[in-house]
Amino acid sequence: MEAFALAAGLVFNFETLLTIFMAAVFGLFVGAIPGLTATMATALLVPITFYMAPIPAIAAIISCTAMAITAGDLPGTLLRIPGTPASAAYVEDSYRLAQKGKAGLAIGIGVVGSVLGGLFGFLFLLFTAPMLAKAALGFSSFEYFWLAALGLSCAALISSGGMIKGALALLLGLFIAQIGMDPLTATPRFTFGNLELMGGISFIPVMIGMFAVSEIMRSGRRAMAEVPQMNLKNPFEGTLGALWKYRKNQVRGSIIGSLLGALPGVGGDLAAWITYSLAKRTSKEPEKFGKGHPEGLVEAGATNNAALSSSWIPAMVFGIPGDAVTAIAVGVLVMKGLDPGPTLMTLHPENFYAVMIVFAIANILMLPLGWVAAKSARWIFEVPRALLNAAILLFCIVGSYSINNSMFGVWLMLGAGMVAYVLEARMIAIAPIILGIVLGPLVETNFTTSMMISDGNLLGFFGRPVAAVFGVVTLLIWGVAIFQTIRGILRKDNNLRSASQFPS
Amino acid sequence: MTLSKKLAGALALSVLAIAPAAAQYPDHAINLIVPWAAGGGTDATGRIVATLLEKELGQPINVINRTGGGGIVGHTEISYSPPDGYTLGIITTELSMYHWTGVSPLNYENYDALALFNADPEAVYVRTDGPDIDALLDQIRANPGQVKASGANLGGMAHLGWAGVLTTNGIDPAAAPWVPSEGASASLQLLASGAITVVTTTMPDARPMVDAGEVKPLIVAANERVANAPDVPTAEEALGNKWAAYAWRGIAAPKGLPEDVKARLVEALDKVLTSAEFTEFMAQRNFGVDYRDAADFTAFMQDADASIGQALTAVGLAK
Repeated sequence: MEAFALAAGLVFNFETLLTIFMAAVFGLFVGAIPGLTATMATALLVPITFYMAPIPAIAAIISCTAMAITAGDLPGTLLRIPGTPASAAYVEDSYRLAQKGKAGLAIGIGVVGSVLGGLFGFLFLLFTAPMLAKAALGFSSFEYFWLAALGLSCAALISSGGMIKGALALLLGLFIAQIGMDPLTATPRFTFGNLELMGGISFIPVMIGMFAVSEIMRSGRRAMAEVPQMNLKNPFEGTLGALWKYRKNQVRGSIIGSLLGALPGVGGDLAAWITYSLAKRTSKEPEKFGKGHPEGLVEAGATNNAALSSSWIPAMVFGIPGDAVTAIAVGVLVMKGLDPGPTLMTLHPENFYAVMIVFAIANILMLPLGWVAAKSARWIFEVPRALLNAAILLFCIVGSYSINNSMFGVWLMLGAGMVAYVLEARMIAIAPIILGIVLGPLVETNFTTSMMISDGNLLGFFGRPVAAVFGVVTLLIWGVAIFQTIRGILRKDNNLRSASQFPS
Repeated sequence: MTLSKKLAGALALSVLAIAPAAAQYPDHAINLIVPWAAGGGTDATGRIVATLLEKELGQPINVINRTGGGGIVGHTEISYSPPDGYTLGIITTELSMYHWTGVSPLNYENYDALALFNADPEAVYVRTDGPDIDALLDQIRANPGQVKASGANLGGMAHLGWAGVLTTNGIDPAAAPWVPSEGASASLQLLASGAITVVTTTMPDARPMVDAGEVKPLIVAANERVANAPDVPTAEEALGNKWAAYAWRGIAAPKGLPEDVKARLVEALDKVLTSAEFTEFMAQRNFGVDYRDAADFTAFMQDADASIGQALTAVGLAK
């Protein structure tokens, strides 16, 4: 408790609070610009943190990242350009909501849901961080393989066009993930000797192209966006009602997010997809998913931010960063003499708690900043669609160029946009493709690694207790799904037969 | 003032501004290409060098992360850029490997070396309850194939560091196979979770896990003990056979830099890399400082090229 009071003293002073606020505003701007990512915002901030005291420095990184990731939902909602792999899971719903004139509600659910999820993650971690970190450390490639495999099966569930089209889209995504050097042995695949292709297909240009460019192509000829206006006085109107209605989703999403987020490298991206499909699976109205329904949005949004908080745990407790953002943050921690590792918890618990408090503040800051952002978002619908499209395309080009600083990203984005346009015209959903690109390398890497460790023995996947449980659960879920599909086909056959026997 | 007078004034001013600058390098922003992703060790060290060099040269330096292809994309771009001093790059250990493994013809001769600023030796880690180095090697001799090792990609410095420990002690590298991974973090996680037995990596990468009491270092493949970890014996001290494997980072330009530009850069880098700010930063991040000027750096890469060729041949990866 004494450490907690010390920590509060470290955070609640003018310098730190001002830093948190300014970094949050910076993160909001970078995150809200389509195609610019939280990673980029963080990397840009690092040279500035060289000149700051330790706690403000790390506070700047944390609040900037948290805000950039939440703000990444804005272009997703308004322009159908998802900011992160996780937000691609629910971008379809938030965009459709905005098209129905409920942009305020969609942003509101995103922001308030994220704040609640983030605060839940904060409370959860305050008590379980060391335990959770220790548990996450026990996960090897065998356990990760099953988690990733389970994540893949979400594709069939989230697809709005039915299971078979979902599976097809997923396979396309997995194929795209294959291009480039294989992650473990660096063998080039589908590269045709091209240097750019050897670097692999970057995720961001493909995502931007598939979601945004295809939408530009569809709406290109319309002069005005025929979008009903949202409530101007209170853009968040109806948000609390929606959150209360789907409170079960909110809680479940937060819990799953907190748990999965602690797994380095996997958690954050995977968790939102899993909870979105879980929401659809358990929903009373699954047919509304993907057409502007708040239920999945509530659950996946909460998951996203809860996972974001807990993704810092393995980074802080064991110095194992899960993604580029936490890797940068670990660098800043070390540089400022706050060595990540167990000593951060034992020798300097006040520093650890200070970091946690910054999390809470950054999350609460999202409310007013998100509200302002939502309120100013309305002009987007007042701009003629043709002009708006030109601006979106410009952002798409800048965003895809900036990933590797090469024109290759831009061509990739345009190509992906055209492919997505054709696919969507054939009612094939885009989300499973994105899922395939995100999870493909995870499934593959963990499968190959596991096979090398177990000398090619497939039973190795059941050789460790946790892996065995995961494996059995995954196989059961698949078994049930296949069984139901076959039963459905048989029943349809019977109906057809009985129908043909008794012509009316 | 009439418009024409204003224009004339502006023109005169700009001529004044350009005239002295044109004679002297650098007169505009410099790009520094980092062939690895933002947030990694190469990026972190590259950015601090850029920040300090910026002050020294008086022109902005843009750090550009050109990632992909295991560093080949960025390394290639540095070598292809015009040798005018306005494109520099960070080059890393992997440069010594590309031409041996046949993935790219690039080697150190494609660059004008400017300065080496970092080198860290590879160290061997096991779980805290794991065997000591003699027991480990005995286990490998007794049960070939049972012990799995990891640390980074196949044929990377961590892999060669481990293969060298085995070959210098008369063990076939195939007796303790390498499980490639995406990097030190992923490998340390495999080690901590009990899926594999050995990890080789550099000391800064493993330090949090050592502090956490999850893993312990056995030996370090270095010429002498490391200042930060004086208790860890070198390979030679522990096993009697000399073996050193360093992962390094340096700064270079495309081949064919004009002499005056090169001299200016070498002089500026000498100040930057010996400055208190730089050494302090490197010490805080646990990076080993190994400063060598242009000539020494070229010789260093020449040696590294030859010894890595031998090691890659030993593990059967050289083509």
